[in-house]
Amino acid sequence: MADVLDGAGPGAKPTTLFTTVTLVVLGLLALAVVFPFIWMLFTSLKPESEIATFPPQLLPHRWTFENYENVWTRIPFARLFLNSILFAGGVTIVSLLLDSMAAYALARLQFRGRNVIFVLILVALMLPFQVMFVPLFVTVHDLHMLDSYSGLIVPRATNAFGIFMLRQFFVTLPKELDEAARIDGCGEFGIYWRIILPLSGPAIATLAVFHFMYNWNDFLWPLLITSSMEMRTLPAGLALFVGSHVVEYGVVMAGAVLALLPLLVAFVFAQRTFIQGIAMSGIKG
Amino acid sequence: MSSRTARLQPSRPWPAMPNRTTIAAWCFLAPSLIVLAVFVFWPIVYSFDLSLHKWKFSADAQEWAGFANYARMWRDARFWNALGNTVYYTAFTVPLGVALPLALALALNRAIPFRALLRSAFFLPVIASFAIVALAWRFMLDPDIGLLAYWLSFLGMPHVSPLRDPNLAMPAVIIASLWKNLGFNMVIYLAGLQAIPIVLYEAARIDGANSFQQFWNVTWPQLRTTNIFVLVISIIGAFQVFDPAFVMTPGGGPLFSTETLVTYIYRQGITNLNLSYAASIGIFLFAVVFLLTLAQLRITRSWED
Repeated sequence: MADVLDGAGPGAKPTTLFTTVTLVVLGLLALAVVFPFIWMLFTSLKPESEIATFPPQLLPHRWTFENYENVWTRIPFARLFLNSILFAGGVTIVSLLLDSMAAYALARLQFRGRNVIFVLILVALMLPFQVMFVPLFVTVHDLHMLDSYSGLIVPRATNAFGIFMLRQFFVTLPKELDEAARIDGCGEFGIYWRIILPLSGPAIATLAVFHFMYNWNDFLWPLLITSSMEMRTLPAGLALFVGSHVVEYGVVMAGAVLALLPLLVAFVFAQRTFIQGIAMSGIKG
Repeated sequence: MSSRTARLQPSRPWPAMPNRTTIAAWCFLAPSLIVLAVFVFWPIVYSFDLSLHKWKFSADAQEWAGFANYARMWRDARFWNALGNTVYYTAFTVPLGVALPLALALALNRAIPFRALLRSAFFLPVIASFAIVALAWRFMLDPDIGLLAYWLSFLGMPHVSPLRDPNLAMPAVIIASLWKNLGFNMVIYLAGLQAIPIVLYEAARIDGANSFQQFWNVTWPQLRTTNIFVLVISIIGAFQVFDPAFVMTPGGGPLFSTETLVTYIYRQGITNLNLSYAASIGIFLFAVVFLLTLAQLRITRSWED
């Protein structure tokens, strides 16, 4: 997985003509794939009058930042952004803690019932959210947690996949580490916190990216749990804003660009961790 | 580990006080187990309970319904429509969503210029929120102001409004989904390709195998596990599609032509609060996904033997 974005593969050296043709085809395809993002960016830099003219143009005639100024007043963008940070950030921190604690017990401690618990985690891993969101909605309602941060975060406070993934990593660390620490009088929490966690930096970072991106981008869960605009996150808030108001396309596209920006910046600076985190999300399904 | 525990703790008759390790282990596990019990396992049990009742919010006792909710599915044309649409969506996104990324991965695994840049470009949609980019697709396909709709008019499709046309809405959702997930499967395939030992290609070349023979005799069989993985993930994901259909075509699309199983569950359960009926459809979907997972385990096991 390490060189997925820039590793050379095997195979005979292709001819120049073949390379050129492949390159042109791939280049055009890549342009088509990136096009919606380019369109979003240019649309967000157009005045509303230009967006609503026919025939539509790709490039702005008059470049303007007014959509980026208006996005804060026309839609509760600051609030949506804050909610996204609190939700995705909160879930990431809490879930990393709980996932790693459970994984530590499953990977490093010998106790009765361990195998049963591990099988339960694997079962939870295979239960898709999409089939049970209606009873889950009723459960969160019964706990009086609808439309609140606790309702958004607590049900996601642990993740079967995160537990499984960290458990697989923790079992690879040498057993002698715990033994030595125990002889030195270190308690179980000390071993977990001061030995196992510091040695698991890359695995934790990968899982952190996975949790943050999954929740930052998630749509169905915030849509389900929140009902007031004050509690919506960016994806649900922007989508519903377009659904229920007279649309100012420029403002919405400016909001969309700003919503995509944090992950884009993170992707540029931590590509490798990103790719691993995303490849993992496939395993989760 | 077990030998150590045995050494330190002289064997006692069972049942004994749990030892310190056991207590510590349960303390580490307790928070996660509580969350999983309340928000994963209970909802699954609860959905069976819901599906057998005629559930109403704020009623003291819920009316027993037996299998009436399941019988209702059988008679519900919109359920069959949603199932048909989901199968339609799956039938196109899965084969194309596997073949295109494989082709891209093969092309981009070679030593060509701008390789890293091209890979990043194809990967870009993967990191974006589908709900947000689906908005962009919706605007681009708007017949009055959308650039894509305007360009389609040059291709002999004047005044076309894909998201309002019952025949074109689902294809538009499918294309957007393919676009979104292309880079994901590409990365999985690149990882699979890079895991193939180079010596196999060297041996094949010494035997005089050309590029096609190398692909057919080395690459393809070596990608077996990756292929199964990508296929299963894609099928299960396709059956659970929600975001693009819900955001690009709110309300189920023209003549409900983009209503999928999950958007229908949402509409019945959350919008209309027909919780029991929605739970029944959820259990149906669960059965489908369960059978697909089972089939995958079967296939993987038989291939490993």
